[in-house]
Amino acid sequence: MTWEIVIGLEVHTQLSTNTKIFSGASTAFGAEPNTQADAVSLALPGVLPVLNKGAVERAIKFGLATGAHIAPRSVFARKNYFYPDLPKGYQISQFDLPVVGQGSLTIQVEPLSGNAKPYEKTVRITRAHLEEDAGKSVHGESQGVTGVDLNRAGTPLLEIVSEPDMCSAAEAVAYAKALHTLVRWIGICDGNMQEGSFRCDVNVSVRKPGQPLGTRREIKNLNSFKFMQQAIDYEVQWQIDTIENGGKVHQATILFNPETGETRAMRSKEDAHDYRYFPDPDLLPLEISEEWKEQIRATLPELPQAKRERYVASYALTPSDALVLTASREMADFFEGTVKLLLSKGAGTLTSKEYPTAEAYAAKMCANWIMGEVNAQLNRDNLDMSQCPITANQLGGILARITDETISNSGAKEVFRTMWAEGGDADAIIEAKGLKQVSDSGAIEAIVDGVMAANAEKVAEYRSGKDKLFGFFVGAAMKASQGKANPAQLNEVLKKKLAG
Amino acid sequence: MSLSTQDVEKVARLARLAMTPAEIETARAQLSGIFGLIEEMQAVDTKGIAPMSHAQDVAQRLREDKVTETNQREAFQAIAPQVEGGLYLVPQVIE
Repeated sequence: MTWEIVIGLEVHTQLSTNTKIFSGASTAFGAEPNTQADAVSLALPGVLPVLNKGAVERAIKFGLATGAHIAPRSVFARKNYFYPDLPKGYQISQFDLPVVGQGSLTIQVEPLSGNAKPYEKTVRITRAHLEEDAGKSVHGESQGVTGVDLNRAGTPLLEIVSEPDMCSAAEAVAYAKALHTLVRWIGICDGNMQEGSFRCDVNVSVRKPGQPLGTRREIKNLNSFKFMQQAIDYEVQWQIDTIENGGKVHQATILFNPETGETRAMRSKEDAHDYRYFPDPDLLPLEISEEWKEQIRATLPELPQAKRERYVASYALTPSDALVLTASREMADFFEGTVKLLLSKGAGTLTSKEYPTAEAYAAKMCANWIMGEVNAQLNRDNLDMSQCPITANQLGGILARITDETISNSGAKEVFRTMWAEGGDADAIIEAKGLKQVSDSGAIEAIVDGVMAANAEKVAEYRSGKDKLFGFFVGAAMKASQGKANPAQLNEVLKKKLAG
Repeated sequence: MSLSTQDVEKVARLARLAMTPAEIETARAQLSGIFGLIEEMQAVDTKGIAPMSHAQDVAQRLREDKVTETNQREAFQAIAPQVEGGLYLVPQVIE
């Protein structure tokens, strides 16, 4: 009997403001404990919250980027609970009138295993609301006490809540990744998962097809996509096993342990979810004018989904390639910059059957190099695209010399490695390393003649029908040219001369 | 509607208030009185009236995103009951 998996996500993104959501204290990461905990963060008596315009702007940006309704009027509410890292005794959040209403995000799902094909899916976003982060508790430093660092208290968060639209770990991960890309793309969050700037809570339930939703359990605070996938896989299996063995799933908050790969329920207090929300009398309703919204809309860049569609439509790239090339704005800029340079260097005449326009041909070549050589080097050096030591123009310079046949593909790789390590431009490296390929037909004919003379026996064998020897001649001639012969030309000359 | 002793005990627990039975009874009577007022208000027909979220009919003013606060940890921690290594110390809480 098959089971249907139902997954929804709540993602806390830390907004990239300079200051806290309700006070002018810095939000810089890594400061000495409590040096950024001002009177508001500490909830000293008599302080009042004053809303940060930068936080609201970022929320609006997100709403616009997901096609959501931006509430002309939204309200802050107190969410009451007791914990030492929340000195007010309540978190200022939004409840029934959030700043961002229903929107959606179209994702490209790359199945995690098997031969399943990538596909697109639109995930509905229920809402996104502004709230403040809590401080940090430090356990176990001294016996019998807990230390509290309130530097993080009051850091602005945008909590993004999805509908339960995902039905596999692959879809949940694809959605989380797309959201992660988007918030960095529009510059509202640095996306640093290690520092807790992007934290995912995943609601998981299972049901038989056609049945009402099952009871869900919420996996808290996942801070890597790999853990998210492992946690969901484990949790789904656990729920199915529990029900098939005659048990029942109870609503619970659970934690994932990366060491064991298992999920386990947190000891939940009986009243944990009795938050007694009510409108915060310290804050007036937040009003957002059409004019402000439109000003912010005008600052939005072309979004990842639009770029993906454009790459597929005008460059004939596959959706999977387009997804890799839009993983970040830096990546997309690098790709587009390389294509632009390559086309400007006169690669505009090259086409192939698969890539019938010059744009498509150049784009595919750039895509292959970026997803291959560039990504491999970045991974090896543990860098991300923003730290890439070579520019789009530099890479384009190499590729232009492949298309005009100055260098071979293997020569280009050598230029690339040198450029990566030492910098410099393609032409200078080609010159210095003597990588220019030989395209002079006289010179190539001389090489081929030499190789044939030295291997007269093999020539005879070839001519008596041993076609497989052709590869041997190509290798020998290429070696004789010290790898510099133009491969296409070499093939042609060899074929002609061997035929006799 | 009248509150039960258990209702008051629950709210007190959520607010971390330790109350004697006598205090609970006093609070129960007072809170029930407030509920009486709410019941009267709920009897009013409010069809077509937008819910009010604040007593003042003005919008929130916004602050520019500029750092204005300086580090005053020493002053704040001088009045804290217990501190260590820059941390505020509280009785151990472990989930």
